[in-house]
Amino acid sequence: MLKMETLKFLKPYWMAFFLIIFNLSAVAQNASSETDLEPTNVTSVESVNMVEKDTVEPTPLNNGNTAWMLTATALVLFMTLPGLALFYGGLVQSKNVLSVLMHCFAVACLASIIWIAVGYSLALTQGGFGEDARGWIGGKGKFFLNGVFEESMNGDFPESVWIMFQMTFAIITPALIVGAFVERIKFTAVMLFSGLWLIVVYCPVCYWVWGGGWLAQAGVIDFAGGIVVHATAGASALTLAWMLGRRSGFPRNLKPPHSPGMVMMGAAMLWVGWFGFNAGSAAAANGDAGMAMLVTHISAATASLVWMFIEWKKTGKPGLVGIVTGTIAGLATITPASGAVGPMGAVIIGAVAGLVCYFACGFVKEKLGVDDSLDVAAVHGVGGILGTLMVSYLGQTGVLGGQGISQNEDGAYLTWKEQFAVQAEGCLAAIALSVVATFIIVKIVSAVTGGIRVSEEDETKGLDQAAHGENGYSLN
Amino acid sequence: MKLIKSIIKPFKLEDLKDALSEIGIEGMTVLEAKGFGRQKGHTEIYRGSEYTIDFLPKVLVEVVVPDDLADKVIDTIVKAAKTEKIGDGKVFVLPVEQAVRIRTGEQGEEAL
Repeated sequence: MLKMETLKFLKPYWMAFFLIIFNLSAVAQNASSETDLEPTNVTSVESVNMVEKDTVEPTPLNNGNTAWMLTATALVLFMTLPGLALFYGGLVQSKNVLSVLMHCFAVACLASIIWIAVGYSLALTQGGFGEDARGWIGGKGKFFLNGVFEESMNGDFPESVWIMFQMTFAIITPALIVGAFVERIKFTAVMLFSGLWLIVVYCPVCYWVWGGGWLAQAGVIDFAGGIVVHATAGASALTLAWMLGRRSGFPRNLKPPHSPGMVMMGAAMLWVGWFGFNAGSAAAANGDAGMAMLVTHISAATASLVWMFIEWKKTGKPGLVGIVTGTIAGLATITPASGAVGPMGAVIIGAVAGLVCYFACGFVKEKLGVDDSLDVAAVHGVGGILGTLMVSYLGQTGVLGGQGISQNEDGAYLTWKEQFAVQAEGCLAAIALSVVATFIIVKIVSAVTGGIRVSEEDETKGLDQAAHGENGYSLN
Repeated sequence: MKLIKSIIKPFKLEDLKDALSEIGIEGMTVLEAKGFGRQKGHTEIYRGSEYTIDFLPKVLVEVVVPDDLADKVIDTIVKAAKTEKIGDGKVFVLPVEQAVRIRTGEQGEEAL
């Protein structure tokens, strides 16, 4: 049930209206405004992720980089299918396990099609308004992958690989949000919401950070998606969960995870796949990738242990679901920082992640009273933001093996405070768009589907039967 | 004939089966059950949220025996299933009107 107070929510309507008009008009002025947005004054670590215009001398294909990016792509897809699916699946009641697997699977397929139709072009190709250097959304020049052929390049590896690699990010981000609405949402609502969300939230934020947009030009550091993936998914999840309402039985009468073993298997696959996520974001088979992999792993291991010890102290026993949740917290937090911090910096990040996210789970559910069922905001949202902010200091050269952060127009490195300001700006902008857009999309989808929540009867019966006509465990 | 229903702790099932076998009872029906008595449930904690588990896993064992064996069977069951802790379970005895062996049609005590 939604309690609406009209006064409070007039503002978001206007903000959203403004944002949508902004974005639509940006799309209207398409790639024929071939104005060169020159982001080259900002040499930041993530510049390797930005699309290079293949108009001047074509770069020769580097087989090593190509091979690695092909592999990384597979690893990141593996994170969603089946990593995330199993991780989430084990956490719900057995009568809903198939619905969660279905959500992840169907969203992955839908996101793939949307990505090649409009997503890639809007997220990662030149856009912007005329001469204005601040870009809000990409162009429509590569809608339906127009102009992309086997020989097309992105730097020194094929553009097809780049499209695929980035696609797996566009797949997992809406899939993360699944955790917020399990056990009570309509399947039609899932599909409609995820599709719209991808276009209206993911593509713009991706463009801002990785497509050469305004955040990239400001020098934001988000190596593999602290802002683009985790902050957006977390903020949207929280908003959606709040609007959807709680599961029956929340908070005192819930059923425990039906398969903690499945949760661990999923988490393990996420860990392995995350090497593709972070190390692949180096877009090269080199030391950057190697260090990204190293720090990713260190953060995961540290956060796992920290979470385990906290839980041990607080509840008397170290749990499996707990330790693997710590793993994910560590992985999400290191994501934006994985290109800039050193191993010891990763230890700190992991430790902070385990600590903060542990208490964030309780905060969202107990203090805020929001049934973000699988803690998307507390783990991914909080983690992603945390890492995005911490890299300001821990990424500095000279700090615990940091590898350098952004430079300003004069070529001087930003101080950690200046960097922090940029990072915070990025987080806030991403969160603002996520919250407002999610709110509006849910309103639209709710109108179209006659309410995004299933009936009480269906919720009791279980979504596997009610929505999908299948039984998760036909044990004879 | 008597139907003897025993609700016991699941890990005691093997001991019970062996003990009954020793006194000549070779057949039984076993159901997985859940329940509680004075042994209350417990609380599990995942990610900071508490989950109260009221029901505990139990096993329900049913044997039908001739009247003259009933007392011996009950004693055997009690001895085999006892752990001397709360939650050991209970035994109930009900009268049986008729019994039939499906394959042969034998009735009464010959069907047992």
